[in-house]
Amino acid sequence: MSTSLIMFLVFIAITLGITYWASRRSAGASAYFAASRQIKGWQNGVAVAGDYMSAASFLGIAGIIAYQGYDGFMFSVGWLVAYLTVLLVIAEPLRNAGKYTMADVLAYRLKPRPVRAMASLSTLVVSTFYMIAQMVGAGALVALLLKDSGITFHTAVIGVGILMIVYVVFGGMLATTWVQIVKAILLMAGTILLSILVMAHFGFSFGAFFDAVSHVSYHDKTGALVTKDFLTPGLRYKPPYGALDLISLGVALIFGTAGLPHILVRFYTVPDAKTARHSVVWAMVLIGSFYIMTTFLGFGAATVVGQDYIKTHGGNNMSAPLLAQALAGNVFFAFISAIAFATILAVVAGLTISATTSFAHDFWTNVIHKGVERKPGEEVKVARVSAFVVGAAAIAIAILLGPTANVAFLVALAFAVAASGNFPVILLSIFWRRFNTAGAVAGLAVGLLSSLALIIVSPSFMGIDPPTVAAAARHLIQAKPLFPLENPGIVSVPLGFLAAIIGTLLSREPSAESRFNELLVRSNTGLGAEKAVAH
Amino acid sequence: MAEAAVKNFQTTQSEWDRIAASKEFQDLMATKRMFIVPAFIFFVVYYFALPVLVGYAPHFMSTKVGAVNIAYLFALSQFFVAWVIAGLYVKAANDFDRLSKDIIEKAQDAKGAN
Repeated sequence: MSTSLIMFLVFIAITLGITYWASRRSAGASAYFAASRQIKGWQNGVAVAGDYMSAASFLGIAGIIAYQGYDGFMFSVGWLVAYLTVLLVIAEPLRNAGKYTMADVLAYRLKPRPVRAMASLSTLVVSTFYMIAQMVGAGALVALLLKDSGITFHTAVIGVGILMIVYVVFGGMLATTWVQIVKAILLMAGTILLSILVMAHFGFSFGAFFDAVSHVSYHDKTGALVTKDFLTPGLRYKPPYGALDLISLGVALIFGTAGLPHILVRFYTVPDAKTARHSVVWAMVLIGSFYIMTTFLGFGAATVVGQDYIKTHGGNNMSAPLLAQALAGNVFFAFISAIAFATILAVVAGLTISATTSFAHDFWTNVIHKGVERKPGEEVKVARVSAFVVGAAAIAIAILLGPTANVAFLVALAFAVAASGNFPVILLSIFWRRFNTAGAVAGLAVGLLSSLALIIVSPSFMGIDPPTVAAAARHLIQAKPLFPLENPGIVSVPLGFLAAIIGTLLSREPSAESRFNELLVRSNTGLGAEKAVAH
Repeated sequence: MAEAAVKNFQTTQSEWDRIAASKEFQDLMATKRMFIVPAFIFFVVYYFALPVLVGYAPHFMSTKVGAVNIAYLFALSQFFVAWVIAGLYVKAANDFDRLSKDIIEKAQDAKGAN
């Protein structure tokens, strides 16, 4: 058995222990969906970081910097700055006025059934797309990391899927939270260690480090040996659309993070809005420190390992593990690999619980059964079943797509839908008296559809490949892209806002306007907010 | 309404309107707006300056400063600016909490008196 496999198994054993412990404390809806609202501020902050920093951050960004230098680092900035929107605008009102989901806040003064149905659909789309991207990535990655132990893509996907189902079905939000906390601590520890080792390699001299970063040599596509300054912008984002694509990504991040259902549900796990606020700050400290350290991970991999070696040893996603191997040998490689695995599990568990909470609470109880639980405990039971269904579906789709599927666009899509549909509608419902059901439904629908449509006509789907390109890597539609950007945010966000505003202005809803004051007072003061429950 | 039934504090429509119109609540909203609106505009402008400058003034951004360049320093500064704004917000929010506490207590007293 390889060291990597042993470390994976240790992590699995710890998380199953957490799940067993949590399963005995997850009776009742508030315990199951919101960890009894007793998570401490720092704990929730660490869990938000664990929920948010996916394998795409840990392995992906290190890989982008290793290959394309500065542009990869610039790419990582928006992932932190986005939390200011969460902190300043969304977290506290949401905690004050809601119960389990973002739709709670929308349903407050709007017609609950249409609004919840749309919000639930949007949540399910965002969560499952994001989950499928993670699962395909996870399968390919775990198969690569555990190649020596004979783990294949299929085994890896099924394994990850079963674990996330077990965490969520048996342990609910409490188990999910602690899996995320353990993961975030491991991720930070691994990143700090790796950064220190990189600096030790350069004799703790920033001058020597950045000097090496300014002269990175590798063989380019044509096979010629080139030397580039990796601190210079432009290696990834090239004219004519590079800058615009990055701005568009920025729009999706800055507004989308505050509309991601799996992040928003985390704020219901703390006792009050003040704790929610502190947890965002904790999350920002961790997330920011992590992304600053991608300087060492990414540039370290570019200089110490070099992209020629990375290309022949698994590709850019392996940059951070290969860096660990180069600096401190196979045991450290195994440790960093186990962290990558932990990272994936914590994120998919968070996505699963947000999808199932929305299905059970918004769709089942409030849309189908008009807000009445027919018998006590039904909502939790439905959630457990739907966690199983969502997990099984994600496993099936990931296996169908296979390890070579290009799924990066699914993450862009999740952020775009969150930014163009969820965010405008939450914002307007809290701050605009005139806002109504028609506006909310129009905003959510247009946000979702315009993001989908723009992605389908973007370079992610459309392109003309030369005949030499392998079947799996070919664009789905062999034609020139109709929309030049990979990120639809710059168009879809204004469209979402516009639809929400026009939909509102076309109809009047006196009850929504007259209940605005109640929502305004509740969301801004915390009067009557859901309280923590004692065990 | 189903969601209203589970709320921990209930009162009449006219009472909500009264609280919303009260001087205390108006003060709270004004205090919040005074911090949140400028802070939001500032960080959005500061953040988008990065891709705009990198995209449209790449030569200027590549200017060397010591071992690094303006582009790297500006990207790095984004992290610290975000942290500083978050810190200032937490400080300002202590005032929001104080103002909110008065409003909540008054509302609960008014209800107790009914």
